[in-house]
Amino acid sequence: MNRILSSIFPSLSKPRREGRSSIKLLNSLLLHFRPRTVNERTLRFSLTWGLGGMAAVLVFLLFCTGIMLKFVYEPFPGRAYDSIIYLQQNIIFGQLIRNTHHWSGNILLLGVFLHFLRVFFTGAFTAPRQFNWIIGLALLGSVLISAFTGYLLPWDQLGFWAVTICTSMLEYIPLVGKWLQESIQGGPEMGPAILTNFYAIHTAVMPLVLVFLMGFHFWRVRKAKGLVILRSPDESPETRGDTVPSIPNLLVREIAVGLALLAFMLVFAMLFNAPLADKANPGLSPNPTKAPWYFMGIQELLMHFHPLFSLVIIPLLLALFLLAVPYLDYGEDNTGGVWFFSHRGRKIALLSVLVALPVSTLFIMANEFLVDFGTMLPGLPDAVSNGLIPFILCLLVLAGFYSFIKKKYSASKHEMVQAVFVFLLTAFVVLTVMGIWFRGPGMNLTLPL
Amino acid sequence: MSETEKNTNPPDIEPSSTRRSFFTKLWILLGVVALAELVAVLFGFFKPRKQTISATGVESVINAGSVEKFDPGTVTAFVRGKFYLARLADGGFLALSRTCTHLGCTVPWVAKENKFICPCHSSEFDISGEVISPPAPRALDIFQVTIENNLIKVDTTKRMKRSSFDTAQIVYAEKG
Repeated sequence: MNRILSSIFPSLSKPRREGRSSIKLLNSLLLHFRPRTVNERTLRFSLTWGLGGMAAVLVFLLFCTGIMLKFVYEPFPGRAYDSIIYLQQNIIFGQLIRNTHHWSGNILLLGVFLHFLRVFFTGAFTAPRQFNWIIGLALLGSVLISAFTGYLLPWDQLGFWAVTICTSMLEYIPLVGKWLQESIQGGPEMGPAILTNFYAIHTAVMPLVLVFLMGFHFWRVRKAKGLVILRSPDESPETRGDTVPSIPNLLVREIAVGLALLAFMLVFAMLFNAPLADKANPGLSPNPTKAPWYFMGIQELLMHFHPLFSLVIIPLLLALFLLAVPYLDYGEDNTGGVWFFSHRGRKIALLSVLVALPVSTLFIMANEFLVDFGTMLPGLPDAVSNGLIPFILCLLVLAGFYSFIKKKYSASKHEMVQAVFVFLLTAFVVLTVMGIWFRGPGMNLTLPL
Repeated sequence: MSETEKNTNPPDIEPSSTRRSFFTKLWILLGVVALAELVAVLFGFFKPRKQTISATGVESVINAGSVEKFDPGTVTAFVRGKFYLARLADGGFLALSRTCTHLGCTVPWVAKENKFICPCHSSEFDISGEVISPPAPRALDIFQVTIENNLIKVDTTKRMKRSSFDTAQIVYAEKG
C-alpha cells in the first residue's frame, strides 16, 4: 500500500525537512502558472475589480454545470425541449444546475465585457501587452459564440427564433453569405442540422478554444511580468510599489473573490429561474422576435441601416478599430496604469459620453419618426439611400466631434483614441438598451412595460 | 575540390542544393497537402446536409387538390409543405414560401387586411408575395407549381428566388 501511495506522490516518502512542505508543494505546483511574487500595487481591487479572475471562475463553473447537463440533454429537435422539461421536473436540483449554467453564461458575458473596458481604460493594451489585447478580443468573441450557440439548445420559441433571425443575417454578407447561412442552418430554412451544429460547437469546439486561449492569455500576463502597475496621473511611470510574495497575498484575494462569486451565483440561481418559452414551432414566429440581448445592438442597427452596412461594413470597421488600438503610434507617451490616461483624459471621456448619449438617441428617434431616406430618395438603390448616406452622415458627426476635441483640448493620441472609443461604446450601449427595452410588438418603439 | 570542402562542414554550405533542403521542402509540401485535405474534410462535414432534409418524412411534391377547391383571391396555408397556395383574382396560382425574405421569420396571412404581415419587423407582402412595406428586400420566394388534369402539385424542392412579382410567375389551369 505504501509503495503504491509513494508511486503516486513521490514527495510523501521523502523525509520532511521542515514543517512547511505542503506550502512548498503548492508553490511548485503553481510555479509555472502563477508568479512567485507580485507587485503590491497590482493587488489593489480598484485596478482589476477582480474581473479577469471572476471570468476564469465562471468558465470553470460553466464547465462543471455544462458537463452535468450533458448527461441529461438530448440534442435532437424532437427531444431537446422534453429533455429540458425532464431535467427541471424530475431530476433533483436539475433546475438549479440549469439556472446556474444559464446565469453564469450571462454574467460571464457581462464580466468579460467589463474586463475589456477595464483593460482599455487603464491603458493595459500598451507595450508589452499589445498582443494580449488581441487574444483578449478573441476570447470575447469566443464567449459570444459560446453563449449564442447555447441559446438555441433548449429548442424553445425564444432560442429558435432568435437564432433564426441571427443566422438569417448571415445571408446579407456578400459572396459567402448564402453558403454560410445554409451551412449553419442546414438548408435554406432552419433544419434539424442546426441543432447538431450548435451542439457540437457549444459543447466541444468552444470549450477547447476557450481553454487554449485562456492558457495563452494567462501566459502572456506572466510574460509581461504581471499586470499593469496602477498609478495616479501625477506619478511618473517609474513609480513602482513593493514586491510581495504571491502566497498568501495574491492567493487569499483570489480565493476570497472566487468564493464570493460562487456564493453569489448560487443564490442568484436559487432566486431566478432560467427562461424557457414554449416548445419551438417553426410555423409561428413570436411577436416581437428578438436576438439574444448581447446581439440586440446589431439588430437595432439593422433597423436603421441597409444590411450591407449594419451587418458587414460597420461591424468590420469596428473590429478593425479594436484590433488596431494597441498598434497605433502613441509616440513616447507612457500611460499604462493610469485610469483614463490623464486628468484631461478623464474630462474628455466624460464629455464623449455626454455628447454621444443624446446624439445617438436623437439619431434613432429621427430615423424612426422623421427621416426616411428610402422614400425621400426613391431613385437611388436601397444600399445607397438607407446605407451609404446615413453611414456618411454618422461618420461626419464623429469626425466633427473628433476635430472639436482635438482643437479644444489639444489632446494626445491616447486621449483621442479614447474619445472615439467612448463615443462608439456609448452609441453601442444606447442601441442595445433601445433594442432590449424600447422595442415592442412589430419592433415599434415603445416605453418599457 | 569543392566536394571535399562540402563534406567537411555540410550544414553551412549552400543549403539550397543539399539533399537535406530537398527533404525539408518535401516535408513542407506534404504538410500543405495534408492541411488542404483536412480543410476539404472539414468542409465536407459542414456543408448543408441534403439527405437530412429529405429524410424528415415530408414529401417533396405536395398534392394540393383540385383547382375548384380554391376561390380566386384566397390564400391557403400548407403547414407540412411550409408554403401558401395563393389564387389570385384572375384565377392564376402561386405557391409562396412562408419565410420572410428579411430575416427568416414565418409570415402569417392576415385575411382581414388581405396581406402577409411579418411579426418580426413588420414587413408586408400582398397576395402575390410582392413587398408592400420594407424592410424586406425582395418578394417572397415561390415554389414550382404544376397543374395536370385540374390537380395542383407543388414541388417544395424547387425554390425560386425573385426580386419582385412578375405575371410570368403565375400558373394557370388549362381552360378546357
